[in-house]
Amino acid sequence: MPTKTNEPILSLRGIHAGYGDTQILNDISLEVEKGERLAIVGRNGVGKSTLLNTIMGLTDMHSGSIEFRGDALHSLPSHKRALSGLGLVPQTRDIFATLSVEENLLAGLKGNGGIEQGFAMFPRLKERRKNSGAQLSGGEQQMLSIARTLMGKPELLMLDEPMEGLAPVICDMLMDVLEQLAADGAHTIILVEQHTELALQFSDRMMILDGGEIVFLGATDEVQANPQILERHVGLGLTET
Amino acid sequence: MSTDAAKTLAVTPPRKRFRTRLLLDLVLIGIGSATFFLFPENLGFVTRVLIMIIFVLSLDLVIGYAGIATLGHAALFGSGAYAAGLFAVYISADPLIGLAIGIIAGAVIAFLSGLILLRAGGLTLLMLSIAIAQILQEIANKERPLTGGSDGLLGIDMDPIFGIFAFDFFGRTGFWYVFVILVMVFFLLKLVVASPFGLAARGIHESPARMRAIGTPVYWRLVGIYTLAGAIAGIAGALSAQVTELVSLEALGFTLSAEALIMLILGGTGRLYGAIFGTVIFMSVHHWAASIDPFNWLFVIGGLVLVVVYFVPEGLLGLPAKLRQWLRAGR
Repeated sequence: MPTKTNEPILSLRGIHAGYGDTQILNDISLEVEKGERLAIVGRNGVGKSTLLNTIMGLTDMHSGSIEFRGDALHSLPSHKRALSGLGLVPQTRDIFATLSVEENLLAGLKGNGGIEQGFAMFPRLKERRKNSGAQLSGGEQQMLSIARTLMGKPELLMLDEPMEGLAPVICDMLMDVLEQLAADGAHTIILVEQHTELALQFSDRMMILDGGEIVFLGATDEVQANPQILERHVGLGLTET
Repeated sequence: MSTDAAKTLAVTPPRKRFRTRLLLDLVLIGIGSATFFLFPENLGFVTRVLIMIIFVLSLDLVIGYAGIATLGHAALFGSGAYAAGLFAVYISADPLIGLAIGIIAGAVIAFLSGLILLRAGGLTLLMLSIAIAQILQEIANKERPLTGGSDGLLGIDMDPIFGIFAFDFFGRTGFWYVFVILVMVFFLLKLVVASPFGLAARGIHESPARMRAIGTPVYWRLVGIYTLAGAIAGIAGALSAQVTELVSLEALGFTLSAEALIMLILGGTGRLYGAIFGTVIFMSVHHWAASIDPFNWLFVIGGLVLVVVYFVPEGLLGLPAKLRQWLRAGR
């Protein structure tokens, strides 16, 4: 595994956030290093998606601070966070159903370069470039959602359960793409994932959330050495391989 | 695996699709030109239809593409009409400069009102859009010495276009003037809706939150689209003032906004061709029904809208696909 540095790219301090008056995240503090691969796991409804959405500015943050590359982010609207180098692949994929694959990518394109980069990463999308978003399979929609986010050239890529509902062969392909993205150290990746084994296989560090709080944050090796950590907090063990 | 089962869907090759659309555009231009020769006694009516097409195209940009719910689009049409009319009466009767004034007036009113309107959504937005049109209408009514109030703005007498083509009693010059502007507006809008700006509008219509998350300043993009639509509605208003040589309070009225919306729904929203077909059908049926029964023609329009909304909610442009679907189901 490559290329993380000790330089923090993202710092969260004392985050309390939720939707309206409903608070979901309680006192979340975290630093993510440049080039790091962080996996976030936890049961349903513990605040994993809310955390990514809060970083992206899509929830109501009640207190705390977010810094990205040393700059305060928490007062910026979400589009400025995206332009400053954050990218979120949402759990719902949010493909624009009436736009073609090509148009979906163009809608996300920022700065120099074209959409061919996206097609190079996902050749399947090139074959479907004139199909509308609604005509794609689940796997193709996920490819498009990732490719569209990458069109914004994010330094910090956050993926919210990208493997959900996908066939194993598609999951493997997506994992290969994430490996490629992480390999050069240009992308820092935060992966929210229900498949704990995929998360462990991919990440340097793992964070476990429960009840909107961090209940574990440590090296992936530590979790692999002590699978009881997962059993205790997520109710899942690791399969013997 | 079912969610990932490959769905092989036929897609028309881009070059063929481009040729088909170009051919359709040429056919439409041909039909539009032919109306000049087919209805020489009715050029005034045909020209009104062409002006309304420009106005409904503008509404389509706002509602069909960007998803901005409005029932006050006449505010932008009327602003263009009064600006061009007042300019012709008090400053210069040159049609092209007057047209530019109409464009600017529509765009400025759209920008200023958009700053307020587009912070709202849903019913609030709808009500605010009506309120802004009503305020402008009331201003036009109160400023009687300038605008003519409820008598309308009279005394518009346009100079010849380029100093050569004089507006004539039969409306020949007016027809070609409006027709050329319509063709230009239509092709401009085709470029706009296919551009990243237009794609952003469609993206915002589908999911504003997602567009924000991929770096689009949604509010300002909507203000930009609304301003562009205002400029186009201003063109329609200015043309109306110049060709009919009258601006009445109805140019800012709720009825105009509502009728334009019905035209768009009839043709199909989010497709420029829908605005064209919807306007032609609405105005033709209106013309025909009103000539038979001047008091109850709305029954025919109402019935037509009910049938279209119930059976072809995508608008009449979706009728061929719907017919194919019904035929397949009947086999």
